[in-house]
Order: sequence, then structure tokens, then C-alpha cells
Amino acid sequence: MNGRKIGEVVLDLKNISLSFGGVKALQDISFNVLEHEVRAIIGPNGAGKSSMLNVINGVYRPQQGDIILRGEHHTNMDSYGAAKAGLARTFQNIALFKGMSVLDNIMTGRNLKMKANMLQQAFWFGPAQREELEHRAKVEEIIDFLEIQHIRKTPVGRLPYGLQKRVDLARALAMEPQILLLDEPMAGMNVEEKQDMCRFILDVNDQFGTTVVLIEHDMGVVMDISDRVVVLDYGKKIGDGTPDEVRANPDVISAYLGASH
Amino acid sequence: MFYRENGQFKTSYKADQQAFAIPQDRWAIVAIVAFAFIGVPLLVDEYMFRAILVPFLILSLAALGVNILVGYCGQITLGAGASMAVGAYASYNFLIRVDGMPALAAILLGGLMAAAAGIVFGAPSLRVRGLYLAVATLAAQFFWDWAFLRIKWFTNNSSSGSVSVADINLLGWTINTPTDKYLFCLGILVAFSVMAKNLLRGNMGRQWMAIRDMDVAATVIGIRPMYAKLTAFAVSSFYLGVAGALWGMVNLGSWEPAAFSIDRSLQLLFMVIIGGMGAISGSFFGAAFIVILPIFLNQMLPLVGTLFGLDVSTALVSHVEFIIFGSLIVFFLIVEPHGIARLWATGREKLRLWPFPH
Repeated sequence: MNGRKIGEVVLDLKNISLSFGGVKALQDISFNVLEHEVRAIIGPNGAGKSSMLNVINGVYRPQQGDIILRGEHHTNMDSYGAAKAGLARTFQNIALFKGMSVLDNIMTGRNLKMKANMLQQAFWFGPAQREELEHRAKVEEIIDFLEIQHIRKTPVGRLPYGLQKRVDLARALAMEPQILLLDEPMAGMNVEEKQDMCRFILDVNDQFGTTVVLIEHDMGVVMDISDRVVVLDYGKKIGDGTPDEVRANPDVISAYLGASH
Repeated sequence: MFYRENGQFKTSYKADQQAFAIPQDRWAIVAIVAFAFIGVPLLVDEYMFRAILVPFLILSLAALGVNILVGYCGQITLGAGASMAVGAYASYNFLIRVDGMPALAAILLGGLMAAAAGIVFGAPSLRVRGLYLAVATLAAQFFWDWAFLRIKWFTNNSSSGSVSVADINLLGWTINTPTDKYLFCLGILVAFSVMAKNLLRGNMGRQWMAIRDMDVAATVIGIRPMYAKLTAFAVSSFYLGVAGALWGMVNLGSWEPAAFSIDRSLQLLFMVIIGGMGAISGSFFGAAFIVILPIFLNQMLPLVGTLFGLDVSTALVSHVEFIIFGSLIVFFLIVEPHGIARLWATGREKLRLWPFPH
């Protein structure tokens, strides 16, 4: 289709089980993600999709199972570890820093790469100032990429929903992630905004070679942009494969359309 | 001259990232600071220095410390007075127990001790938040009140429980007149404000604000809540500790633990709420409001009374003062919950566009 080359397994999830008290959110789920691919997770509401993302980037710890990232076991990883390992994510309900400007929000995404200590920052000399300028330049590249130059100084609270989603993506991209987790990036958008977002996701994947794992409800979008799809229902995996395979899978059809009894 | 940015084009990120990116702001700040250093000492009498300006400067510094923690990092504290007390007593002990200790070093070391204590008593913030954290920090307040009252070592076994220091000396400059005290405190306040501005516009400040605004998202992009919260407690307590040391050694000269009681903690919190949380200027506005307004009312009410032919007694003045002060606080919080700093910012925004409405 395009120039990128899908590579080896970069993220391997094995037999993940997660429960909250008696509620089994995920049961024995295994799937993998290949380098440079766009991998979608779909399923009806309450299927455990967001829980799955939360497990991948260390917000939740699964009771069972193994997370292998580039051949290394990351089962007891917390969010900080996940961020260090090159995982970034966006949120279903936008989780931007409301009191800060767009620029500051995106700059915050660079925090792991900033090394100046507190004293240097307090006096704003040497490394602190240099670093701030270098990262500003990087952030401006992302701002250009996502076409949000006109709002860089605006407080994010004042932005319309579609732009907030874009800033959320920008903040994640500022981390220069190897794997980007997107939780419903197109929820609540109109057709044009969805098209823009699709274009950005594909561009990120294409230009930076970032592996994308996304949750989405809009089947048209999912089937169009993803390379492989995994389908969850009630915490179980019911389908896995290319969009065409998944579309033909009888379990998936019954989960979405209801089976005849 | 209009307050306007037309025609000011920035050609580098450096120019865009200055502390005050608009030249008018920069000049205004320079003018204010220069006036405070040169103009004020020529114009003002001793009473003004002693009763108003020195307390205002020191409490501004303390309010700045509270603002870093409450306004920027979103962690509430009722132990601000305790941090000031730790700073005051620690620097007192450094000064009397270590031979040849320079006063400025003692003050900064006092601040560092307060920072250490702040980290210990800020640790509950890792588990609890909001009102529960407020109660946890209250523990710090009562603990240190108790410690400085009962543990005689801290007060150098003074029989009355109060401690006093001689006039402090800075590289041969003996700080004893009110003007000296004013200039010394002003110098420290300016230096600390610049540092606060730098921290808050840099990576550290962004981490604090990220934790304040959305802590889950902050952890996901690699901010460690423990590090961010405890550094906020440490920096805030450092500022409070230095302010406490100045309050004791420069403003009061001799003091007892009551100088840093829970009243002080609440007063500082009010300053930040009225002045504006999450704005450095809010600390100054709040301190000015709380320090100057009561004195102003106290002076003005009898005058207003005589205008209407009324004889106003001192008792009445102090009662009315409380009533007006209280209602002004309520008024401000209703009209602008984000504090005076926000009113100021809105005014500036309007001024940029004036005379056009949009």
C-alpha cells in the first residue's frame, strides 16, 4: 500500500487476565503487535478495550499474563516505566492539562527528555535554557505537523473538542514514542474532523514509522486504516486478523449484530 | 502610548520564551523594581517601613511559597506557618550555635531545613488529596507548634520561651534601621521571585501543573507523581522557611512560637486564594490585600466618620474594620473566584484591544 515495511513482533501480550473484584474485565487475552503496523482493537461497549490499553501502558496491572516488549518482559511495568519504554497514549475523555496553554501541554510531553536539574532551571542558565530552546524547536515541528500553529498560545480549556483531541495527539507525539496507543481518537467528531484525524494517524505511521494501536468504534475508519484488527467481547478475544478476515468471522458478526437463537 | 503588541515580531524561540515576552511588560517590571529600590526609600517614613512594607515583603515571599504548592501543584496545605517556624528556629540555631555563621547563610540553611521538614510532612500527599491532605498537613502545624514550645533545645533553653537575635550583619552591612530591613527583604524577594518565575516556566513548573490538572495523564507521559509532589513541597517549604527566618530575625527580632501559629497558615492560604492561585503576581496582590487593607481601613474610618460629623471610637473602628474586611473578601470571591490576579489579567487583555471591543 505505502512505503512502510511491517516488521517483527514488537509487543506481545500473552494470556492477560484482569479483574476488579468479581468483574472479569479481561480473560486470557493474547495478541501481538508488529512493528510499524496499525493495529485496531474493537468491540462493543464494555468489552474491555480501554482496560486493555491501560494494561499495556501500566495504568492497570494484570493479575495474570505476560507483556513482552521487544523481547523484554514488562509484566510489572508502571506508567512511568511504560513511558520510558517508548509507549505514549491519548485518552478517550480528553485528559489535557486544562490550566496550561497548548504549547505548554505539548512541552510537558518532552519532560522525560529534559535533564537540567532544579537549580539550573531556577537560575535559567546553561543547560536549562539550551534545553528549553531545543525542545521548543522539536515541539514546533509537531505543531506544524498537526497544523495547530494558530492556537499554540491558547489555553486548552478554550479550544473546541476536535482541536483538543489533536492537542492530545500532539502531546503524545512529543514523547517521540515507538508505540502510540490511541483510545477512541475519533469519538465525537464530525466527518471532516475524522478525515483529518485519519490522515494524521496514517502520516504518523508512515513518516515516523510509529506503531499504532487504536481503539475505535467507527467501523468504516477501522476497516480502512488498520492492518490487523483484534475483536474483544465481554473481556474475551473473539476475533483476530486482517479487516477482511474479521468482517467474515461469524463470532464477530453475532457480537455486533446479535445471533439468531 | 498604547499597550499593544502590533509590529513586535519575534524571530527566535528565545525571544518568545522570555519571562516577559512583551516589551511593555518588561519595562513596567523594571520600573517597578527600580522604584521599589530607589524611589520608595526616599519617599516613605519609618512607620510605613516597619508597619507595612517589611511585613508586606516577607508575607509576599511566604505567599509565593504557598502559591507554588497550592496554586501550581494543586496540593493543599494548612502547615505553612509550621514551615515558617522551622525556617525561623533553624536559622536562629545555626546563627547562635555555629561560630562565624554569616546571617544570609543561616537564613538559607533555615530554608533548607524547612524544605526537609516539608518533604517529610508532604509525604501523605502521595496517598491522600484534598481535604484529607489538609488535615494531614495540620499535623505538621501542631507538631512544630508543640516542638518549639516544649523542646528547650530549639529555643536555646531560654526561660521565657521566646528567642531573640541581635541585628544581623551582611558582609559588613548591619541591618538595623527600617530602611535597611526593607532593602534587605526586597532584595531577597526579588531574587526569589525571579527563581520562582524560572522554575514555573520551565520543566519543573510544567510537571507541577500537569499533576495539578490531570494526574493520570501526567503519569502516562512519564511524570512521577512522587517526585513532582515532593519537589513542590520542598520548594514551597524552602520559600516559607526563608520567609519565616526573615519574619523572625528581621521583622520581629524576638519571637515566640505563637508568631507562626495556625492563624498564620490560614492567613497565607487566604492571601493565595484572594490574590490568585497559580499566578505569581497573585501572591503579591494577596499579601498587599491582607496586610495593607486593615491598616488602611483603620486610618480611613475615623476620617470618614468626621466627614459625616460622627465621633468614631477606636473600639468601633476595629469592629467595623473586621466587618468591611470580611465582606470585601466575600465580595472578591464572588466577583472573581480566581483572585485579583485574574482581574488584572482580564484588564490587561482588554487594554491590549482598547479602544476596540474585540
